Amino acid sequence: MSGDGPLAPSERVASVPESGIRKFFEVAAEMDDVVSLGVGEPDFATPYRAREAAIDSLQRGKTSYTANKGMAALRERIADHVTRYDLDYDPDAEVLVTAGASEAIDLAFRALVDPGDTVAIAQPSYVSYEPGVRFADGEPLPVPTCAEDEFALTREALEAAGASEADLLVYCYPNNPTGATMSEEALREVAAFCREHDIGVLADEIYAALTYEGEHTSIATLPGMRERTVVFNGFSKAYAMTGLRLGYALAPPAVVDSLNRVHQYTMLSAPTTAQHAAIEALDNCESDVAEMRTQYDRRRNFVLARLDEMGIDCFEATGAFYVFPESPWPDAGEFAEALLEAEQVAVVPGDAFGEGGEGHLRMSYASSMADLRTAMDRLERFLD
Amino acid sequence: MDERAELLDLLRENARYTTADLARMLGTDEAAVSEGIAALEAEGVVAGYRAVLDPAKLDPEPVQAHVECNVTLDRETSYDDIAERLAGFPEVESLRLMSGDYDFALEVEADSMGEVSRFVSEKVAPLPEITQTVTHYVMETYKRAGHRFEDGDGDDRLAYSP
Repeated sequence: MSGDGPLAPSERVASVPESGIRKFFEVAAEMDDVVSLGVGEPDFATPYRAREAAIDSLQRGKTSYTANKGMAALRERIADHVTRYDLDYDPDAEVLVTAGASEAIDLAFRALVDPGDTVAIAQPSYVSYEPGVRFADGEPLPVPTCAEDEFALTREALEAAGASEADLLVYCYPNNPTGATMSEEALREVAAFCREHDIGVLADEIYAALTYEGEHTSIATLPGMRERTVVFNGFSKAYAMTGLRLGYALAPPAVVDSLNRVHQYTMLSAPTTAQHAAIEALDNCESDVAEMRTQYDRRRNFVLARLDEMGIDCFEATGAFYVFPESPWPDAGEFAEALLEAEQVAVVPGDAFGEGGEGHLRMSYASSMADLRTAMDRLERFLD
Repeated sequence: MDERAELLDLLRENARYTTADLARMLGTDEAAVSEGIAALEAEGVVAGYRAVLDPAKLDPEPVQAHVECNVTLDRETSYDDIAERLAGFPEVESLRLMSGDYDFALEVEADSMGEVSRFVSEKVAPLPEITQTVTHYVMETYKRAGHRFEDGDGDDRLAYSP
C-alpha cells in the first residue's frame, strides 16, 4: 500500500495516472450544444434482431451463469465467424468469451505477464493497455509509430524502441486512435521480428470488420504466429453492442486455459443476456454490419475531404471510425481545449493515447452526417 | 454498391445534401455528382424532391386519411383509366393499385374531417366505376417517407470515451 490509511490505493494503482480524456469530459459535461467527435463507440443502435434475442432470453428466464468459457453455441459460431479472416480455432479449447474485448486483454496481461516482464505497446494506442500492464506488475515499453509510416507498426519502430527485449507485444489494428490499418506485408515484418526475438503477440482486432480498403489480415494467420498470438475481438464496434460488454479471445488451448483461470475467479462468465444477443448477431445481423460500414465509409470520406479543404494534414485513415489529423496548433491539448470552449466541438488530443500521438487530434466519425457537417463548419470557423 | 446506387441511396437519405457534400462522401468530384443527378432525373428515376413535413407541427394541422376503394371494370374502362381520374384530384397525396381486399389505396389530406368526408362522398364515391369506399382517419404519424418524428432521445453517449 502507498500513502496513509488502510484503504489507500496500492502503489501499483496509484502509479497509474487518470486518463487524459477525463479533464475534457468534465469540461464538456458542463456545456450545452456540444458536438462530439470524441466518442469511441458507434452511434447506431444494436441491430434489432440482436436486441430481440436479448429480450427473448430475459423473458424466458435464461439468466443463469453460463460455462466459464462462454456458451458452447456462441463459441461455435465465433469459431465459424472468424474463418472469414482465415483463422481456424477449436470452439471447445481455443475460444474464450469475455465481458468485452477489454476484459480479454486484461486477462491476457494478468495471465501471461510476470512481475518485471516487458510488454511493448504500439502507440498511439487504446488507453487501457499501459495501465493494464502496470496492474499486472509488468513494464510497459512504448513503441511510437509515426505519421510518416501512416501509423503502421514497423520493424524499425520496434528496434528503435528496444522491443527486442520485450516478452509480449500488444497492438490494435485497425487502430484506435489513428484509424490506421496494417497491410499483410507490414504484418509479415512484425511477425518476423517477433519470431526472431521470441515475443508473444496480443493482437487487438476489435475493429477488424471496419476495414474500408483491402481485407483485414490477422497476424495469427502468418507462418509461426498462431502459437505465439492471442487474438482479441468482440461485438462492441462492428455490431454496435458496446453496452452489452461482450468480447472474446482466440488462442492455443494452454493459453486459453491460463486466461480462463483468471476469468473463472473474477468474472466467472460473460453476461448471459449478451451471449444470446451475440449468437443472433452472428447468425442474422451481417447486413446490419454491412450497412453501418457503408455509412462509416461515407462519413470517413466526408471528414477527410473537409479536413483537406481546410488545409489540415491528415493521412488517409482506412479503418475503425477515427481520423488522426495533425493539430493546427503546436500544442494539440491547447487546441482541443480552445476548440471546445469556443465552438463546443469535442476532439481528443493525440497524446492522450501515448507517444507518437503528440501533435495530433483524434476525431471520431461515429456521428450523424448532420453532426459531422456542423462540427466541420465550426472547426473551419474556429480556424478563421 | 456502385456509384449510381450510392448516389441514389444518399438522395433518398437527404435530398438536400449539397453536391459538394455528396462528392465528399462518395470520394468523387462535384461534376460527377451533378452529372449523376442529372442522369437520374432525365431517366425519371428521381421523379421529384419534397420536404417531409411533420403534420403535428403544422397550423392548422391537416387531416389525413387512408381511403380504400373497390372498383368494377368493363370493356371500355381499365384500372389506368380510373387511376387517371383519381390522381387528378388535388386532395389525393398518393394513389396505388393494390392486391388483396381492395383495388386502390388513396392517401388523402385536407383541412378538416368534414372536408375529407365531403371529398370522398361527393367526388370519389360517385364515380361510376367505384363500388365501395372505406375511409380510415390517421390518428398519429410516427414515420413518413422514411423519416421518424419525435423519435429521439438524442445522442446520449458520453462526449468523450476511449
